[in-house]
Amino acid sequence: MHFAVLQFPASNCDQDCLHAVRVLGHTGEFVWHKEISLGVADAVIVPGGFSYGDYLRCGAIARFSPVMQAVQQFAANGGLVLGICNGFQILCEAGLLPGALVRNRDLQFHCEQVYLRTANRNTSFTSAIPADRPMRMPIAHGEGCYFADEPTLAGLRERGQILWEYCSAAGELTEASNPNGSLQNIAGIANEGFNVAGLMPHPDRASELLLGTEDGRWIFESMVRSVVAASTRAA
Amino acid sequence: MKAKIVITPKKAVLDPQGKTVQSALEHMGYLGIAGVHVGKYLEIDLAPGTDLAAAREALNEAAHRFLSNPVIEDYKLEIVD
Repeated sequence: MHFAVLQFPASNCDQDCLHAVRVLGHTGEFVWHKEISLGVADAVIVPGGFSYGDYLRCGAIARFSPVMQAVQQFAANGGLVLGICNGFQILCEAGLLPGALVRNRDLQFHCEQVYLRTANRNTSFTSAIPADRPMRMPIAHGEGCYFADEPTLAGLRERGQILWEYCSAAGELTEASNPNGSLQNIAGIANEGFNVAGLMPHPDRASELLLGTEDGRWIFESMVRSVVAASTRAA
Repeated sequence: MKAKIVITPKKAVLDPQGKTVQSALEHMGYLGIAGVHVGKYLEIDLAPGTDLAAAREALNEAAHRFLSNPVIEDYKLEIVD
């Protein structure tokens, strides 16, 4: 499986993302933000970082990059798009995902390990995630507090678009396990078509035991499973 | 001729910066403050001879699409000589 990893000025997790998919036995390539095509990618990763210096709002300028037109088209055709951290912010700004990410409630940059409960295992981003325990992976952000208005939140919940929630090591949704003040402990969501997802935690920094946890690999493996299943059906 | 755009967080959105500034003001002894909202201010210089109505329309569109995020922010646009 071949991943396109986007690169914006001041992306800083692009290398981590490409490394992670290679460690998992797949291939990938960087796609510069001025490109108008994604090449032969089976899936797209919008990586973390501080695209355009986070000027104006996180992700606000990146979303108008030429490559994002190609991502919009790719997503409209059902292609899998995963946004991680700043990538999640960019996808929200682009309107590919609902809601927005605002300043952490305590105004501090959080760089720490968190636990995630997978709220919907029946998606292209979650199907390979084990059900017996929460995933552990790092966060590193100052603007990760998920916000959406009440009707939007209710719709997300009803349709199962909330994919991951911050939880305790025991898997309980507690206030103390919410690092940034996100509404309903939301760490990651999908769009209505379930082919675009974003999350603030970093699966790319959590796909090798050397890094302390390899739980992040389940998200990439889920995407691979979905693409392989789709190509088997097509063939 | 300038356009002035003031962007503020929507009331429903958590504004930890506003809350922190408010408590600092109270701590300093400034009384009677019921709320503080921290936003952004953009000043845009318009080229001489710009058509006012057209500039207003274009900047309203830009403010809605790009300069503010309608999910979390409100904006006010003013054009002055």
